This record gives sequence, structure tokens and C-alpha cells, in this order.
Amino acid sequence: MGTTRAMAMLGAFALWAALAHGNAWLGVVNPVLLPTPVEVGRVGLDLARSGELARHVLTSLGRIAQGFGLAALAALTLGLLVGMCVPLRLMTEPVIEFVRPIPPLAFLPMFLVWFGLGEASKVAFIGYTTFFPMFVAITASVLRVDVVLLRAAASLGATRADLVRRVVLPAALPGIAVALRVGVGLALFVIVGAEFMGADAGLGNLIMEGRTFFNPAQIVMGALVLGLLGSLINTLLLAAERRLLRWRTAA
Amino acid sequence: MTTAGGPKIQIQRVAKSFGAPGRAMEALGQIDLDVAERELVCLLGPSGCGKSTLLNIVAGFLAPTSGTVLVDGHPVSGPAPERGVVFQEYALFPWRTVTGNVEFGPLLQSRPAAERRRTVDRYLDLVGLRAHADKFPVQLSGGMKQRVAIARALANNPAVILMDEPFGALDAQTREVLQDELSRIQRVEHKTILFVTHSIREAVYLADRVVVMTSAPGRIKQIFPIKLPEVRDRFAPEFTQYESDITRVVREEVAKVQE
Repeated sequence: MGTTRAMAMLGAFALWAALAHGNAWLGVVNPVLLPTPVEVGRVGLDLARSGELARHVLTSLGRIAQGFGLAALAALTLGLLVGMCVPLRLMTEPVIEFVRPIPPLAFLPMFLVWFGLGEASKVAFIGYTTFFPMFVAITASVLRVDVVLLRAAASLGATRADLVRRVVLPAALPGIAVALRVGVGLALFVIVGAEFMGADAGLGNLIMEGRTFFNPAQIVMGALVLGLLGSLINTLLLAAERRLLRWRTAA
Repeated sequence: MTTAGGPKIQIQRVAKSFGAPGRAMEALGQIDLDVAERELVCLLGPSGCGKSTLLNIVAGFLAPTSGTVLVDGHPVSGPAPERGVVFQEYALFPWRTVTGNVEFGPLLQSRPAAERRRTVDRYLDLVGLRAHADKFPVQLSGGMKQRVAIARALANNPAVILMDEPFGALDAQTREVLQDELSRIQRVEHKTILFVTHSIREAVYLADRVVVMTSAPGRIKQIFPIKLPEVRDRFAPEFTQYESDITRVVREEVAKVQE
């Protein structure tokens, strides 16, 4: 399994190297347009040495942590409430179903108008984008909690608060974990868009800078760092999930 | 608290209909039934006769359309720890170990850890699962899961235990083993138990009284006191006599459904 993955990654990298270096040698298109791994690596190394790369990465991660964190908290609270309270669900469902399909990017200018060009607009935009899918998924996983488990707990003396803490939350945890993972992925997805406009740091800004100064190697470098961050976060979350949900697969 | 010698469970003129008024479906006719302390009463009847509905009303999961249920003289208004429930689908908390499930009730009552440990040990010994204390439900067989569920109900020390076709999902062999276990446990614990089943053999094997219900809307058709020794032999002539007597009465009701 591990070796297959490594081979696949290595193969993709080799393909890129062959294409880019082959093109640089034969000159099919302007070599600047198809940066080689060596060029991308050099840009990355330069940025890493100057501390710029760390600054961009940390800025983006900070925004993601804030925006996603707030959205996750809101989605969890509201998802539990709406999942357990039928009248609340009937009231919110039509609104959510209307707002949800609107591509979040359509509202990005609105966030700039409301929150200005500073940090707040980025954090708010990430929060807005990640909230809906997480909220919908968490509500659904709360609704799927087996009523027999609630009855069993109630007949053992559980109060309403006990039911939330000791039955609904743990029973919905697998669904909540997936929702959070989707949310982080989405945050990484939209951070770039949010940083395209009015940002002085962040990976999106780094990529945009690559465009402004016509440096494709920097664009590719920024994209690769995003990919790396994404898979790193995903791996960490999956490991945490497996640990937390040991009861599902214990053998 | 309770009137000495009075019935533990009193089901008084309980009826239940489902659906909107006007075109409601009557599930349960009028049921009057008392269960004495330390008595094991089996509710028996064709599927759809409302026996599980009646149990859910006693448990407090459903409100009756009319009538009341008293436990120790107090009206039932919702689920409470005085009425332990064992479900056909086990209803174990899959994220808790065997120990975690059994100590759930005492944990809710904030019992100290040492006491909880003693309680868990005692009831896991009683159901013979001490060696599996740290396993998760997913690692257990159906019979083991239901043993855990029984231990969990007992560990909460309820006044009465309600069992809703608890062995219905088990294979025939495991089912008889669990019946033996419940019978043995009952000889030690002497709980007041209301037990729903559609197995006549199971009812005769376990019950002090078998209550045969009519097909929907469920009413009490006939009550059979089972005058057999505590330890029962499924092949004794008296046992099979009860079986055939009750079978005859149940068949009349099943026939009505077929018509």
C-alpha cells in the first residue's frame, strides 16, 4: 500500500520532470511557461531561505484556522440544535437549501465590501464557505442517531444534557469527523481565492504575485505547497479520526 | 412509598391509537393488567397485536391515548431509571466498552468509581462476561451483546425490567441458552419483569403468568398462570401441556389475522 503510493507519486513527478525538461530542451513552447522541477525547487528554496515561504504559509494557515474554527464551532452548535429540534429544522431547512447552492465565490466581493481588504474579510469568507457543507453534514449525522440508543439512555436515567453529551455527540462523531475533514479541505480550496484580492501575504498572494511578475515557477511552487499542506492536514485528521473511532473497527 | 404487597406495575384501562383523530388506527384496546413484585409476566400474541406498544407505554417511550400506568403507585410520564429496558436490537452504545455500557446508569447517577467497578464486576460475573470487559460491542456475538444489555439494565438497579423480544434476533440455540441464563438470573435477582415475546415455548419456560393478547386492536384474551417449578424442563409433559393449551388460544388469533 505504502509502496504503491510512493511509486505513484514518484511516477507523477517523473512525468512532470520529463515533460518540462524535454520541452526546455526541444523548445516546443516557451520554456518559461512550463517550469521544470529544478526551477520550481530553486524558487522554493530562495523563498524558504528568506523566510518568505514560512510567512506565507503561516498567514494562510492562521486564516484557515480562524475561519474554519469559527465555522466548525457554529456548524457543530447549530447542527446539534437543528438536528434535535424539529420545529427549528422545519424553519431553517428551506433557507439553507436556497443559500447553500450559491457558489461562495459569488459572495466574495460582498465580503470585501463588508469587511474591507484586511484579515476580517478573509476569515469571514472562509468561515462562510465552510459553514454550510459542515452544518448540513453534521445535522444529517445527528438525525441519523438511532432512536433506540436515545431510548436506552433515557431509560437508564439520562437527562437531556446527558443525551446530548453522552449519546448524540458520540453517535454522530463519525459523521462530524467527515464533515470537519471536508471543511478543512474546502478552506484550503477557497483561501487562495480570498487571498487573490487585497492580501499582502498568504499562499494565494504568493501565487498572484507570481502572475503579476510573470513567474510561472512561483505559481507552480505555491500550488505544490497547497497540495502538500492539504494532504498533510488530511493525514493528520484521518489519524486522529482512526484513534477516536477505534470502537468502529476494533477487532 | 409503595403500598405493601400491592402490585408493582398497574396498567389501568390503557388504550393507544396512532394517526390523526378521525382516521386513527387503534393499536391497543383497553388493557388492564397488574404485575406483582418479583413476578415475570410474558405478553404473548401475534405480530402487530400491540404487545410492544404496550411495553413502550410502560417504558414511557409512548404516551397512551387513554388510561394510566402506575409503577410503585406512581404514574408513568416518561422514561425513568426505575424502569430498565432490554431491547431486541440490544441498543448497546457502540463507542463504549462492555464495562462502559454496564456502568452507564451508575455513571449518570455520579456513583463513585470504586462503587461502579464493583457493580460492573458483579453483573459481568452474573452474565459470565468478565473476561470480555474491555471489548467493544462490535467484537461481540449477538448472544454476548444481549448479555451485556441485561447486565446494563440490572446494574442500574431498576424497580422493574421491561424486555421487548430480547432474544428475537438470536439463533435457536443461543436463544435457549439465554433463556436458561435469564431464568437463572431471575432466581438470584428476583426482579419484576414484563417480557414481550411471540414464542410460546419461551413464554412457558420463563413466565409466572402468560398473558395472551388478541390480534389488533390488542386486548387481553386469556391469562395462563404457569404452575411449574422454578427450574423448568422443556420436555416435561406438564410443560408441553401448557405449550399446546396456549398454542390453541394463540392460533385462534393468528387465524383471525389470516382471514
